Amino acid sequence: MIELENMAYSYGGGELLSGISLKLAPGSFHFLTGPSGAGKTTFLRLCYGDLTATSGTVRLFGRDVRDLTRDQIALLRRKIGTVHQDCQFLDHLPLYENIALPLTVAGHSEWTDEANLKELMQWVGLGNRARALPPELSGGERQRAALARAIIMSPDVILADEPTGNVDWEMSQRLLTLLVELNRLGKTVVIATHDLALIRAAKSQVQARVLRIANRKLQLAGADL
Amino acid sequence: MKALKTALALLVGDAQSDRVVPPTGHTVRLTLFSAGAMAFLAVFALALSMATGRLASLWGDELARSSTIRISAPEAQVADQTDAALKVLETTPGVASARALTTEEQQQLLEPWFGNGLSLEGLPVPQLIEVVEKGDGFDAEGLRLRLQAEVPGATLDDHTRWRRPLVKAARSLRLLGALSLILIGGTMAALITLAATAALAANSQVIRVLRLVGAQDSYIAGAFVRRFTLRALIGGAAGTAVGMIAVALLPSAQPEGGFLTGLGFEGWHWLWPLLIPPLGAVVAFVATREAAMRTLRGLR
Repeated sequence: MIELENMAYSYGGGELLSGISLKLAPGSFHFLTGPSGAGKTTFLRLCYGDLTATSGTVRLFGRDVRDLTRDQIALLRRKIGTVHQDCQFLDHLPLYENIALPLTVAGHSEWTDEANLKELMQWVGLGNRARALPPELSGGERQRAALARAIIMSPDVILADEPTGNVDWEMSQRLLTLLVELNRLGKTVVIATHDLALIRAAKSQVQARVLRIANRKLQLAGADL
Repeated sequence: MKALKTALALLVGDAQSDRVVPPTGHTVRLTLFSAGAMAFLAVFALALSMATGRLASLWGDELARSSTIRISAPEAQVADQTDAALKVLETTPGVASARALTTEEQQQLLEPWFGNGLSLEGLPVPQLIEVVEKGDGFDAEGLRLRLQAEVPGATLDDHTRWRRPLVKAARSLRLLGALSLILIGGTMAALITLAATAALAANSQVIRVLRLVGAQDSYIAGAFVRRFTLRALIGGAAGTAVGMIAVALLPSAQPEGGFLTGLGFEGWHWLWPLLIPPLGAVVAFVATREAAMRTLRGLR
């Protein structure tokens, strides 16, 4: 699925990530931790082809990212759902159209009716917010909407960058539960977070590996939860 | 074929896809106005080009097919010399017909300069003979020599010295009209490129989100291309309509007005301006697509 082999990434003359090798197996669940600025977001961006490794290899679904055109990477991204810290919505579109955006750009506009999205929006607890504009949403609502958008194409992999960063504990538990449910459906999930309480809370719900980025390296941060 | 398919796919799109780009009032107005103004100017350039083309043909044909013989002689000899000249013309190969202008016709010729009611009696006005050619025309030099020998007061004017500069000027004007059309198209392409580039730059965050959810560059470019092409078509149609009305309101061709009153379209030539809006849309399509693809290549 996503495979990194002795991968390094430099930015502004300094090496941010170095010697990283990892295979994300289908159906696996990973937490990615590390201090702020350690490179968690960069790591995720490398995993969906938004950045190109300085050295080493990143393979998305068996294909070396460096051999892919931007359009080919865009096609592969349809198999990778991403949730960002800042969520990134189109502020002029109502929420249901934002959630349906991956379908729209993939040419499936016929499935993007509000009615077709009702079930998904209810699943993430946004059933009554379909016509709200993104700036009208709370932090938690935005995170859940981002998750809904990430999974609408039924991707094989979900990469979530601090999905609980802007929400209270209760909301972060709801989001975690949603991600665990997706994992049970066979999706590979990677959550970048510095919230150790969240990782501990996941213990009872899922078999997950905890990875830690420190000093430019990726390490296994202890026994499986 | 592939390029045509890509172009059609870019143009067709769907309503949902077009909504991904937020509406931007500034570039809408700029594109509509520039497309309208350029179409308006294009109608006039086209009218000028066609009118001058028509005039060049008209002047060329009319002047080439006719000549004038002027009889300047003492009053008592004018009639005899006129008859003699007509007899010479009757036996000149290449002359279809020849006739002496009546006093009224000569008066009419002088009216633009002297006004109505001019009496030619008492004025030393030469007698004019209109000669119409046929086939390859007559041998002007041979006719001049014959007239010199048989009609001493006759002077042949085959209009060559008038015709050449007039036809040349009309052809130059026609060329200028065509050049103006090309410049108008180029200016419109430049304006739309600027507007599209500005719109793309203003929407870099939108582009980032679209790429994040798997949009290919052709999809993103298409959303902008359709928008600008449609605006150019609407603006161009409005500008063309106003331009055609303005041309229709120009005075129709009249001999008194000379060249300036013939600046319109005639007959089916009124269909030509209708090509301006779709051509403007094609220019906008190409300009926006180029600008979009170039900008997208530069955006990470």
